[in-house]
Amino acid sequence: MTRLDFVAKRIAFALVTVFVAITLNFVLFRSLSGDAVSALRCRQCTAQFKAYERKQLGLDKSKWEQYWLYLGDLAHGNLGSSLRTEKRVTTELWDPIKNTLPMIALGTVFAIVLGTMVGVVSAWRRGTAADKAGLWSGLCFYAMPPQWLGLLMVLFVAGALGLPTSGIKDPTLGILSEPSTWTVFVDRLRHMVLPALTIGLVLYGEYALIVRSAMLETLGEDYVLTARAKGLSSWAVVWRHGLRNAMLPVITLVALSLGFIIGGFITIEYVFSYPGIGLAVVEAIDQRDYPILQGAFLLLTLSVILFNLIADLLYFKLDPRVTS
Amino acid sequence: MSAGAAEALVAPPVPSRWTRFRRNRVLASRQAQVGLVILGLFVLTGIFGPLALPHDPQEKVGPVFQSPSWAHLFGTDGGGADMFFLMIQGASVSLLVGFAAAAVSAVIGGTVGLLAGFFGGKTDIALMRLTDYFLVIPDIPLMIVVAALFGRSLTNIILIIGAIYWTSTARLIRAQTKTVRERVYVRRVRALGAGNFRLITRHVLPQVMPLLIANTILLIAYAIFAETFITFLGLGDPSRISWGRLIENAFTDDAILNNAWWAIVPPGLGVMAVVVACTMTGQAMEDALNPRLRAGHLSVRRFRIRRPPLTGVEGTAKVEP
Repeated sequence: MTRLDFVAKRIAFALVTVFVAITLNFVLFRSLSGDAVSALRCRQCTAQFKAYERKQLGLDKSKWEQYWLYLGDLAHGNLGSSLRTEKRVTTELWDPIKNTLPMIALGTVFAIVLGTMVGVVSAWRRGTAADKAGLWSGLCFYAMPPQWLGLLMVLFVAGALGLPTSGIKDPTLGILSEPSTWTVFVDRLRHMVLPALTIGLVLYGEYALIVRSAMLETLGEDYVLTARAKGLSSWAVVWRHGLRNAMLPVITLVALSLGFIIGGFITIEYVFSYPGIGLAVVEAIDQRDYPILQGAFLLLTLSVILFNLIADLLYFKLDPRVTS
Repeated sequence: MSAGAAEALVAPPVPSRWTRFRRNRVLASRQAQVGLVILGLFVLTGIFGPLALPHDPQEKVGPVFQSPSWAHLFGTDGGGADMFFLMIQGASVSLLVGFAAAAVSAVIGGTVGLLAGFFGGKTDIALMRLTDYFLVIPDIPLMIVVAALFGRSLTNIILIIGAIYWTSTARLIRAQTKTVRERVYVRRVRALGAGNFRLITRHVLPQVMPLLIANTILLIAYAIFAETFITFLGLGDPSRISWGRLIENAFTDDAILNNAWWAIVPPGLGVMAVVVACTMTGQAMEDALNPRLRAGHLSVRRFRIRRPPLTGVEGTAKVEP
């Protein structure tokens, strides 16, 4: 199989998966006993309004027609409108996405750096107290429900560090005077630290365990023995020969854990009332605002598919053996 | 051996059941032993604990958020109920969800894996494609959406979790089935005229079973974890007390504002202990059983400390007198 074949195959797979995800998204939300409108929690809505809404949403047509309409709307980037605010789903979800991305990025980078370091040291110092400490801390954080860790953070860490525990900005900021960009930035960062740290610690557990076992396998390889026999320093053996090869399985596993990251941040954002896409999902569930829920789910699925594709291609770039 | 020639002709004594149990490759690992003991304690608590409770655990027994005392070991929660009793009740429900959902997964994943691995060809391709798609779709959001759409009963939650976590099982079982299918005894049985159904159920499945069990134990951890997610978002069964529900209650009843750490910490610790125990047991078993890992004795995983060759049930076949 040539390079191009492999890349084309992965992209084709991703595209088919996108299609499957879209169809699943349609089927799930249309297979309800009632429909989106009757499930809406809304006291003032009259029967007339509901009938109108149904017509608006095309729910009076046959399932196949609805499916085609759905595909057509998607092709135009139209995810429908929120049943509650009447605004476009894309508009409604845009701000939450902007809030979530930096927070997740902060947490993930923290987890990757710490997890890699602890995993490598654990594997290199296998069997020692340092290894045991790394392994057990990894296992414990991996086993913690993220929302619970979030609650512990609020209870024990927030007070000690003097960090805010909810929201994304200080409500008093900007009342008396226009704050400087720097003040706003610091305020945002302070609100981001705890949720990011929570998701970072949960992920750290997983990454440390993965890196440790990948490193253990790599350190047993013949080329590592060769490197040591050449008289290279431990540092060079571990970081240049060991880790670089151990990172290959790690990339795949990190990509596969994205589904979990997403699950984690939904509950974490809820705990910290952080107005990201997770909180949007929680609110949509609470108010039975299905178009928002559907849009958010599609968005999350597509991002996971995208990251899996990136991981596949990255793996291929780093390890040409993959095709053979 | 200093034994005489006559003794060599006698078949080696069949080890007692207890000896075989002790020499079992899987249970010999310290990791698996510790994990199984912890898990066993929780399972016993989950089964017999609720029967021993003096009254309904949700009954109000004291003031709201009372700190731990001799009367109420873990204090009271936001409804004034005894946290210790709630934890016991929660263990029962959480473990029920964990075991039942893992069983559902094992049945689906096991069937898919067996069929794909055994028949190969087009069946294999079709089933594995399906698995690949399921693998990419983010599991937790899918669970949340399904739970939000299909209602909040314990059965639903078990089915949802079970129907989503079968993918890794299917892949693992498929790989194992492929190696078993090619073994000589399976071919012989086939030559004797055994049908596919008999081959799968009587000759392949028993060989695959240990690995399936190991994987199912790992799935219990995932399932208990997933239950806390679903419940935390208010999608749990409203009539049942699980550990996930206790975490949710602590959050919605503002245990934090009341500084009531005793209402928050125990349920999470319970989940942690069970997840760690399942992970330890499941991983030790998988490591001992997974053919991919064992074939790697040439280079991969050389750092794994190997146990000396066993002279138990499996050992006797290899030791020629």
